[in-house]
Amino acid sequence: MSPSLETRDLTIRFGGHVAVDHVTCAFRPGELTAIVGPNGAGKTTYFNLISGQLRASDGAVLIEGEDVTRLSAPQRTRLGLGRAFQLTNLFPRLTVAENVRLAVQAEAGVHYDMLRPWRARGDLIDKADAVLDSVGLGAKRDLQAAALPHGDQRKLEVAMMMALEPKVYMFDEPTAGMSVDEVPVVLDLIARLKDDASKTILLVEHKMDVVRSLADRIIVLTNGQLVADGEPAAVIASPVVQEAYLGIAPGKAA
Amino acid sequence: MTLLSGDPSRGRALQILVTLVVIALVFAPFLFPGAKAMNTAAKTCVMILLVASYDVLLGYAGIVSFAHVMFFGVGAYGVGLALYGLGAGWGALFAGLGLAILLSLALALAIGLFSLRVQSIFFAMVTLAVAYAFNVLASQLSAFTGGEDGRSFKVPAVLQPGFRWLDHPLFGVQANGKLLSYYLVVFVVAAAFLVLLRIVNSPFGRVLQAIRENPFRAEALGYRIVFHRTIATCVSALGATLAGGLSALWLRYVGPDTALSFSIQVDVLVMVVVGGMGSLWGAVLGAALFVVAESYLQDGMGALAGLAANAGLPLLPALFDPHRWLLWLGLAFVLAVYFAPLGIVGALTPPEGKGRR
Repeated sequence: MSPSLETRDLTIRFGGHVAVDHVTCAFRPGELTAIVGPNGAGKTTYFNLISGQLRASDGAVLIEGEDVTRLSAPQRTRLGLGRAFQLTNLFPRLTVAENVRLAVQAEAGVHYDMLRPWRARGDLIDKADAVLDSVGLGAKRDLQAAALPHGDQRKLEVAMMMALEPKVYMFDEPTAGMSVDEVPVVLDLIARLKDDASKTILLVEHKMDVVRSLADRIIVLTNGQLVADGEPAAVIASPVVQEAYLGIAPGKAA
Repeated sequence: MTLLSGDPSRGRALQILVTLVVIALVFAPFLFPGAKAMNTAAKTCVMILLVASYDVLLGYAGIVSFAHVMFFGVGAYGVGLALYGLGAGWGALFAGLGLAILLSLALALAIGLFSLRVQSIFFAMVTLAVAYAFNVLASQLSAFTGGEDGRSFKVPAVLQPGFRWLDHPLFGVQANGKLLSYYLVVFVVAAAFLVLLRIVNSPFGRVLQAIRENPFRAEALGYRIVFHRTIATCVSALGATLAGGLSALWLRYVGPDTALSFSIQVDVLVMVVVGGMGSLWGAVLGAALFVVAESYLQDGMGALAGLAANAGLPLLPALFDPHRWLLWLGLAFVLAVYFAPLGIVGALTPPEGKGRR
């Protein structure tokens, strides 16, 4: 199947520092790719380049074969790139339902409708409610987003991305800062998205057990370079990962 | 309160208060006879529209602009100079208002597209500079605008105080052109207010709130926030222009002090904050409270000072001297902001309504 997302020689330099160094990689529908690597390896920067928060110094980003390197982040969003942010990024003083409704509304292209009450758009409201129910936030729809516990805020973040119905889902450490009992809920959400063969999922994650259980494929970034790419078991076992990521010298691995 | 907007003001106390203000304004000529009361009521109506349109920008979109009074001035000068130059006809009135609206839209569009990309502090500075330039321009082009003296003009005949449309008084009030003028003001303000209410409660209005809360996230959802902000600036400018036109029509005079002064801008800011940012009902309450206080606080203080003087109390007569009314208004404002940072609306809204922490 043709890739839904591709990066070709994607590079960004900050002064003399090359944060992402000629990364060429293709992501296909129905595939969950975990991106791993030590802190500062350029994983989040790579995400920012793909979603358009940063502009590449070199190379290209393609969504379904279309070069989007020069497009802004909202333009890429409209082409089907969905992103959940590492730091929770919500509309804090709006209600949970309003947060999701705004995403639903954006997806429906209702940007400038100013002469109808929002309540008249029952279709948008129903869809937002359905998304909220699917992430288990239905009962909390009328709370302010800022009043939610951290785990629920992450779920809301995921709900907003799902409401955009993207072709490509990008999760940046979705379980970071979550309590132990909250983690499985979010992982379950991601696993359910994976069942939809038309979706491409990218996941930056530190927890190796999470990566093992979810990923179809792992790519490893170190110092901004793509150093390994393949089946989870093979990549985790490879010397380059053992050394670069897990900090175990080759030969000493258990 | 749900009329046309589908979004009621929350809280029983708030609804009662707003209803009282609306009733008082609609029946003002009959409830409060006298020229001063009628002037106060008309000014309140004009201010409600001016403050509500400012709140669309400040409270909903989170944009700080100091050019709001400039749009008010454009409306006032548009109507005033047209009636002054072309004679007291409806054609002149609508031509003046139409040109003012076009000029306001052009200015709002230019300010929005050129400066809403930058950080909010720069936008505030740009609006300040533009508004100041406009103020100087209006004073300097004295051959055209009347300079510091402004222009007095005649309004269409049916709106003139001398016009009688009934031979006998109506419920004890002269059925003259002034009464018609008042109801023209009330009607236009009510219509414009309801349109603004509809806009802020539309899907577009929700996007404005989202941009206020987190512009970065709104952009990430795919909204073109520069356009939304620019449209909000235009809508707000239109409201202010209309308010300015009504103000000039009511006063039958236009000049820098009544149409372009920065003290109006400051008053509007105070009214938005006292009423409650992010709620158009707050604009109604803030404007009503402020204008009434401005008009009657001096009387009340004069009476208090007289009482204190008669009772032979020291210091108090000086404190309550009517000339010191701004001191007390300022004090009341500081206390209001301190104890009710969300304004009257915030203080009267039940906390569970929004799940506010």
